[in-house]
Amino acid sequence: MNLGNYLLYRLSTALTVLFGASALSFGLVFLTPGDPAETILDQREDTHPTPEAVEAFREAEGLNDPIPIQYVDWVVGISNGDLGESYYSSQSVTTLLVEHAPTTIELALASMVVALCIAVPAGIVSAVHRGDRIDIGSQLAALIGVSMPNFWLGYLLIIVFSLYLGLFPVSGSGSLSQLVLPAVTLGSGMAAIITRLVRTAMLDELESEYVTAARAKGLRERLVLYKHVLRNALIPVITIVGLQFGFVLNGALVVEVVFQRPGLGMLLVDSIFARNYPVVQGIVLLTAVIFVVTNLLVDLSYYRLDPRIRLGGTNS
Amino acid sequence: MIVATLSVTATLGPVVVPYDPTATNVGPQIQSPTLAHPLGTDQLGRDVLSRVVHGARYSLGIALLVTGIRVVLGTIVGLAAGYAGGWIDEALMRLVDIQLAFPGLVLALVVAGILGPSLRNVMIALAVVGWATYARIVRGTVLSAKEREYVAAGRLFGAPRWRIARRHLLPSVMNPVMVIGTLNIGTVVLATAGLSFIGLGAQPPTPEWGTMLAGGRHYLRTAWWLVNVPGIAIALTVLGFNLLGDGLRDALDPHLQTRVEEV
Repeated sequence: MNLGNYLLYRLSTALTVLFGASALSFGLVFLTPGDPAETILDQREDTHPTPEAVEAFREAEGLNDPIPIQYVDWVVGISNGDLGESYYSSQSVTTLLVEHAPTTIELALASMVVALCIAVPAGIVSAVHRGDRIDIGSQLAALIGVSMPNFWLGYLLIIVFSLYLGLFPVSGSGSLSQLVLPAVTLGSGMAAIITRLVRTAMLDELESEYVTAARAKGLRERLVLYKHVLRNALIPVITIVGLQFGFVLNGALVVEVVFQRPGLGMLLVDSIFARNYPVVQGIVLLTAVIFVVTNLLVDLSYYRLDPRIRLGGTNS
Repeated sequence: MIVATLSVTATLGPVVVPYDPTATNVGPQIQSPTLAHPLGTDQLGRDVLSRVVHGARYSLGIALLVTGIRVVLGTIVGLAAGYAGGWIDEALMRLVDIQLAFPGLVLALVVAGILGPSLRNVMIALAVVGWATYARIVRGTVLSAKEREYVAAGRLFGAPRWRIARRHLLPSVMNPVMVIGTLNIGTVVLATAGLSFIGLGAQPPTPEWGTMLAGGRHYLRTAWWLVNVPGIAIALTVLGFNLLGDGLRDALDPHLQTRVEEV
């Protein structure tokens, strides 16, 4: 497949998925048991609403239109950058998302850095010393890292580093010192997954013939490792790291609650409890878009890095 | 080992422990571990050991049930897609793509939140967001198994399609599904506890691990055991299933590339 066709193919599947995802983001709200308008008003005003109030709310929010019409209205709005308004304040959902996103992006990037700083060296050392004590140790550490719930790890770090040692603040966001603990919490879980990946990828590469050839011609081991093996081994690693970027939102949900960081995760949790559906729909759609775009980018980087795809391998 | 201990704990534990997990003031409030209360008591004077042991029942029960539903749903969809091919395959796989376009926990949170906070709704939410991975794996396995001679032979002898699917294709997908399923149980335990921690799952006073952890977070300075006991319980459970899954993979299907999903 040449680049043009491949791009076209990937873009068309991505668009199909986005269409489905938008319908799903929108439709989820209709799972509400009972009448959404009544439930929302009930929660907002704290008293049972009068039938007139419910009717007025429905009319104002366009909930009386047939669902397909509501969906079309919503999509048309999105194409103008309008995701609707919060039920609780007159703020637009777009503004809310833009306000909360930087906190989450900051956390995501910082934890990726933490993860890579731990995982790449650990994976390399593990692979080079395969079967040694150091390898077993690092694999065990990785296994524990995957198994630890990040909300517990977060509190553990708070207890040790904030309450006893007083090194970092317990919660909040904005300064670098407030970023350290959340980033370590989120990053160490990812590091565990990436370490295993780097190790396996390195081992696969170390067994291939070009390594023997490189060694046979007397290339220094360090050069073999870093110039040849690491470079090839990083291809699958990039994919997973890319996918992890979407998954960061999963972790951010919980980590932001633990550290009281006002990011998208926290906003989603608050909006869910408040039944602030326009905000929920907006965040869900945004995560799906981020996910689809990262997937697309990962596939395209694969295309660049791995010539086999260029020669017409199927993409499943 | 860990899994075996856990299963015994979950089945027999509640009978053995000395206190009712929801009874308040069985001891003094917030007392650090003593002989009478080996894991201390919480802010309402409840025995933490009794609570954590009862919690094993919730966590294991939910994880097994949710994983079971995911496996069944995913296997049916994967078998149908892989075996039928054509537009059915195309449509089902797009559905899988759409499902996988969301980070699992985010979607589960939204579904559970909209249905309303309860343990049952968390289970529904986790079950419907997790089947797609299985469908993909099963479909892949079926596609390669379909080309085998024994399937062609079956078809040649005029065996009905459902019979070929059940007798010849289903067994070939059992191994990968079992391995992924075991590894998945750990992640379901994590997700259930996470959602309960956020406040969507089990409601107090249910002795569920995530709920317990959430209850203990206001006492970090005075009562370290309140968050750490359920935390350790969750971590050990997940570790146990991960070890079991790794072992199964080595034994059954060493070439299987397992990607540990987050949810």
